[in-house]
Amino acid sequence: MAKLMYRDAIRNTIFQEMQRDQRVVVLGEDVVGGMGTAGGPEAIGGIWSTSTGFYEAFGPDRVIDTPISESAIMGAAGGLALAGKRPVAEIMFADFIGVSMDQLWNQIAKFRYMFGGKSVCPVVIRMPCGAGYNAAAQHSQMIHQFVTNMPGLKVVMPVTPADACGLLRQAIRDDDPVVFLEHKFLYSMTGEVPDDPDFLVRFGHARLARAGEDVTIVATGMMVGYAETAADDLAQDGIGCDVIDLRTTSPLDEEAIFDSVEVTGRLVVVDEAPPRCSLATDISALVAQKAFASLKAPIEMVTAPHTPVPFARELESAYLPSPAKIAAAARKTLEYR
Amino acid sequence: MQLNREALTRAYRQMKLIREFEERLHEEIQSGEIAGFTHLYCGQEAVAVGVCEHLSVVDKIVSTHRGHGHCLAKGCEVDGMMKEIWGSQEGLCNGKGGSMHIADIDKGMLGANGIVGGGAPIAVGAALSSKIDGPDANGRLAVSIAFSGDGACNQGTTFEAMNLAAVTRAPAIFVFENNHYSEHTGDAYAVGTSRDIASRAEAFGMKVWRADGTDFFAVHDCMREMLEYVRTPGNGPAAVEFDTERFFGHFEGDPQRYRGEGEIDRIRETRDCIRKFRDSVTGAKLLTDADLDRLDAEALDAIENAVQASRSAARPKAENVLDNVYISY
Repeated sequence: MAKLMYRDAIRNTIFQEMQRDQRVVVLGEDVVGGMGTAGGPEAIGGIWSTSTGFYEAFGPDRVIDTPISESAIMGAAGGLALAGKRPVAEIMFADFIGVSMDQLWNQIAKFRYMFGGKSVCPVVIRMPCGAGYNAAAQHSQMIHQFVTNMPGLKVVMPVTPADACGLLRQAIRDDDPVVFLEHKFLYSMTGEVPDDPDFLVRFGHARLARAGEDVTIVATGMMVGYAETAADDLAQDGIGCDVIDLRTTSPLDEEAIFDSVEVTGRLVVVDEAPPRCSLATDISALVAQKAFASLKAPIEMVTAPHTPVPFARELESAYLPSPAKIAAAARKTLEYR
Repeated sequence: MQLNREALTRAYRQMKLIREFEERLHEEIQSGEIAGFTHLYCGQEAVAVGVCEHLSVVDKIVSTHRGHGHCLAKGCEVDGMMKEIWGSQEGLCNGKGGSMHIADIDKGMLGANGIVGGGAPIAVGAALSSKIDGPDANGRLAVSIAFSGDGACNQGTTFEAMNLAAVTRAPAIFVFENNHYSEHTGDAYAVGTSRDIASRAEAFGMKVWRADGTDFFAVHDCMREMLEYVRTPGNGPAAVEFDTERFFGHFEGDPQRYRGEGEIDRIRETRDCIRKFRDSVTGAKLLTDADLDRLDAEALDAIENAVQASRSAARPKAENVLDNVYISY
């Protein structure tokens, strides 16, 4: 085990997979950085420092620094994959998926099914996402809600450095397109990461971040930490919470949610995205449909409001779910009778 | 054409206002009072002002993430902009937008933009609207300007916008400000047409211009010719590439390791549009150093007042999150 930052866990995992498999290539804006400048290649090494040293180790054929052209990045990743490579593409901010949506949604996501199962498309699209930096409406968004809705994509949202490593390795070795969502606020978090170069975390298996028998809290991304803080606060009052980190929203570990709700009878779903047609509503619907008899109280959802992400500090704080809002929602389920 | 004293004074005042606005932000950001990402326009002032000095309120502009200069040049209020960047409820966008999303529709400023390449299609839409409205009493069309950089010139949206404007003969002007860096990457690497952006517009059949973007007079002359052409019904769009310089990083906090040794000192020394303007007008005895010093002081005062006003301006409240929506949940 080594103690690593989340960003370094990601960097190291891609690096190891590039060493292991010649077919793994990286592409994206400034993933090298400094190309065509006096400072020269690798002046940046990716704005998130997740590709530092790659260009020096693997060269320009396998570490492809692209112009600002998200549509071409996305589509080229699809083409590389159809031609036998295993691209790991970076869209610098998840928000920029908007520019590249056709290549993801109409092309990459559909190849396997639309071509009658005759193709595989082993693409990983890494996208830093989420609010918390006052980066405003076009640099702060969550996108898991709509990529989870797209048949053909696997959607991964690692929270711990170990999961960032194991899930990313699984994503790179996976034969299907994977949208890999790294919450920007998690990059500097540290944690133990297994040294095993074949350490994998399988998709569709949630992680129990806190265990308790009174309320189930389901969360993803940065919201998992918020839910843990809420659970710790509630524990002071003798309230025990299961905090379920979904890890992947497609495939979804329904059983982990049902098993927990069967014990607690109370569910709070936390989602950084707006509330309608969301992961929060989806999980609420699943539980209402398939675990109705377990419920002792109405399901609570703690989400962002149905607005773009606002800029000002006070507004962004009000926009985001908070540990206090999550704890209040949990207490509300306990007060129901 | 020779500019009169009044026009020269106005142009210098605007350039200097932008310069001081950005230099002050560069300092203030380090104090931590200003949140979010800020991309400074320092070094490119002659472009924004050389373009916008020709425009009236009926003309539209669409800007970029590096938009403060375009906003000020198009007439956005200094205090309202500064307050917006401070995240105040009194800001031009009530603190909702911030540095990257300043807009003032009444002034014909249709928005800065957080998405590289996001603006050009919007500018074409505004140009098509002008075409529908038709020429004014003098037979001239309102125009729409798409400001883009050497980064945005590589986006499909920009290519599509140019083609749409060309085939519809929309009165749009694509202003490419080549500051030689798309974020952290050089135009020598990223701009495939041998660093020549104007040739791309030319390939769509557009009439193009090229000029030194650090020379206010070159920009201003060039825009006069372009506007003469584009305001004439039936001619359609045009494009221009201005060779310019970015004095600061891509964003505030960028360590700029991609810069060459002494590069910033060199461009500030030899490619400073404000210094060149000053040398030019004093050399020709059109304005005196005393005239310009007075304008410098006015700019500094205006910025100081805007900063002080921003510090004491009303902050947004949590409930303001749900303002400006048509449904609240």
